[in-house]
Amino acid sequence: MATNQQVKLLGFAGSPFVARAELALKLKGVQYEYIQESLTNKSDLLLKSNPVHKKVPVLLHNNQPICESLVIVEYVDETWTGHPILPSDPYHRALSRFWSRFIEDQVMPPVFKAAWNPNKQERVKGAEEAREALKILDKELKVNGKFFNGDSVGFLDIAALIIFYWVPIIQEASEFNVYSGDKYPKLGKWSQEVLNDPVVKGVLPPRDVLLSFFKARFQSIVNSK
Amino acid sequence: MANEVTLLDFWPSPFGMRVRIALAEKGIQYEYKDEDLRNKSPLLLQMNPVHKKIPVLIHNGKPVCESLIAVQYIDEFWNNKSPLLPSDPYQRAQARFWADYADKKIYDAGRRSWTTKGEEQEAAKKDFIECLKLLEQQLGDKPYFGGDNLGYVDVAIVPFYSWFEAYEKFGNFNIEAECPKFIAWAKRCLQKESVAKSLPDQHKVYDFVLQMRKKLGVE
Repeated sequence: MATNQQVKLLGFAGSPFVARAELALKLKGVQYEYIQESLTNKSDLLLKSNPVHKKVPVLLHNNQPICESLVIVEYVDETWTGHPILPSDPYHRALSRFWSRFIEDQVMPPVFKAAWNPNKQERVKGAEEAREALKILDKELKVNGKFFNGDSVGFLDIAALIIFYWVPIIQEASEFNVYSGDKYPKLGKWSQEVLNDPVVKGVLPPRDVLLSFFKARFQSIVNSK
Repeated sequence: MANEVTLLDFWPSPFGMRVRIALAEKGIQYEYKDEDLRNKSPLLLQMNPVHKKIPVLIHNGKPVCESLIAVQYIDEFWNNKSPLLPSDPYQRAQARFWADYADKKIYDAGRRSWTTKGEEQEAAKKDFIECLKLLEQQLGDKPYFGGDNLGYVDVAIVPFYSWFEAYEKFGNFNIEAECPKFIAWAKRCLQKESVAKSLPDQHKVYDFVLQMRKKLGVE
């Protein structure tokens, strides 16, 4: 039986990966303690809990660590009842996992390259690759209802939030353009539903703070040689 | 409803082997189709339009792509025997984490060990051995990553063992000398019928890689 005691989340404000973990916990109504980490001065707890990757988010449940944002989301779904996050049937579960993998492996790496690679040619290449991936996502993914799989926020909605909220801010800060709701109306409509959900709104960091942070990061890359 | 299962695969693919092992563990009858990757079938292109890659599991006409996703699907649909993922959520999370780690590290470092030369190759070999050593630590005293029986992580990792002769010959290193425990675990897995019939002979894979290297001009 799951208990709400001793649930801690190691995170960094602004991280889209931490937001996934928070969203899962909030959808399930789990009480947790949020511990803010510093990326330049990682705590002993973080290093001990995630020795392999040394990254946030890390969920600590009764002192046992769970790492990797999407692994955390599945763990939260399986541990706490109410508001199912993954669909119940195996085929739709496979689809949710497939598209979340696509976002992690095909969409986000080129976006990050387009935003922060120190080499301008590489940034241009990254933007091209990101556009190709988003085109495929828009073409092949089928949204079955208000959210990806029906009427409530689920696994893929949580995984895709990084595209809906973070990518527009990152591309503005790094002066490139790969995604907009106008360019991809199907994704745009889906993103509006997700961004308007009250629980989702509760985990989104303020836009202006993120924009400043990413602008500063881009400037420091462009200015260094 | 009759279960019609087809697997689109390519015999040396470690990703395909994962799905073969899972199907065998569950005792599922299926049709195996070996693809010519230079001339992909219309069925493959239709079933996996996003990646156009094998393996693709087709169950009653519906495709499931990506090997680890297919293994989880098999485990969840045929949930009446030989569970691959543990029942405890924390153990499941650990299994997912380590399968994901293996996916990111073993394939990449292994591939670099036979497709590169010089400094790059040395770095790849170092990464590869480090990765196996970390996995040895994870295994601990257990016979399998899954505990007493073959589990999700075993299925995810053991296929790479069929590539070890190729990695060793082209990388010029001795994996068993560095990671004896890992090799012992792999051989233990091969005692299982599901694994033995899903993995091709190491020498056959070596010949395949030899041909690939010639084609890629890595000599």
